[in-house]
Amino acid sequence: MSTTDELTIPAPRSSSRRRLRGRTNTELYAWLFMRVSGVLLLVLVLGHLFIMNILDGGVQRINFGFVAGRWASPFWQVWDLLMLWLAMIHGTIGLRTVINDYTRRDGTRVTLKMVLYTATALVIALGTLVIFTFDPNIT
Amino acid sequence: MSTATSARATGSAPRSKLAGTLYRGHEGMWSWVAHRITGILTFFFLFAHVLDTALVRVSPNSYDTVIDTYKNPFVNLLEIGLVGAVLFHGLNGLRIIAVDFWSRGPKLQRAMLWIIVAVWVVVMIPGAFFMFKHSFEVMFGSGS
Repeated sequence: MSTTDELTIPAPRSSSRRRLRGRTNTELYAWLFMRVSGVLLLVLVLGHLFIMNILDGGVQRINFGFVAGRWASPFWQVWDLLMLWLAMIHGTIGLRTVINDYTRRDGTRVTLKMVLYTATALVIALGTLVIFTFDPNIT
Repeated sequence: MSTATSARATGSAPRSKLAGTLYRGHEGMWSWVAHRITGILTFFFLFAHVLDTALVRVSPNSYDTVIDTYKNPFVNLLEIGLVGAVLFHGLNGLRIIAVDFWSRGPKLQRAMLWIIVAVWVVVMIPGAFFMFKHSFEVMFGSGS
């Protein structure tokens, strides 16, 4: 190998000091969140699926009265609220990874992620509002 | 690191004709593909599901009308597919956590995949049976 080759190729990690400065740990926290929320969702979602689809008549028994009965209990309100937030954020981080993997142009990537974050914020807000303002006597 | 060394490190023997690839075309890649697809499907369903549940805030009637869709035998089959997707995603997620945090995880990743596939089958057989029981009765007689 000639000296010229070595000069044209920067040494590995030569600029790591510069990149480290002012860096945040967003990716680490996102990675950790996926694992922690994943374990919690395993209980929340599989429990939800079991109760709604299999237990006591399954999906056939679900109607407005059934929802009203469940949300009369703070336990199920908290369960559903936690499941909503964790699942939405878990799914958003997951889809963010997929978008980052497959988009080639910066514009496409930024646009898709803005659409994703907006949709997520709207759905979380709507779901939270529904759980907190639910009225069993609505007509 | 040579291929032979990395093959031993991940507890696998190079079997493929794609020389030098331990990952491509093997269990590691396919479980990753399945994890992505099941995750994306579940996430898109979640959007629809929050919206249909939000109808409880509109009127009992509109909620009941839309929820009746879920009771249709064909949609019931789709629900079984959804439960299968979620169950695989959750079990494989546990496997990913084991690979990340457990010192023996990377070595046992392939064995763990077949364990979760076995658990999936064992749970899905009675799960699908009880989920579809009512639809079956409606379609073939005794149900209402």
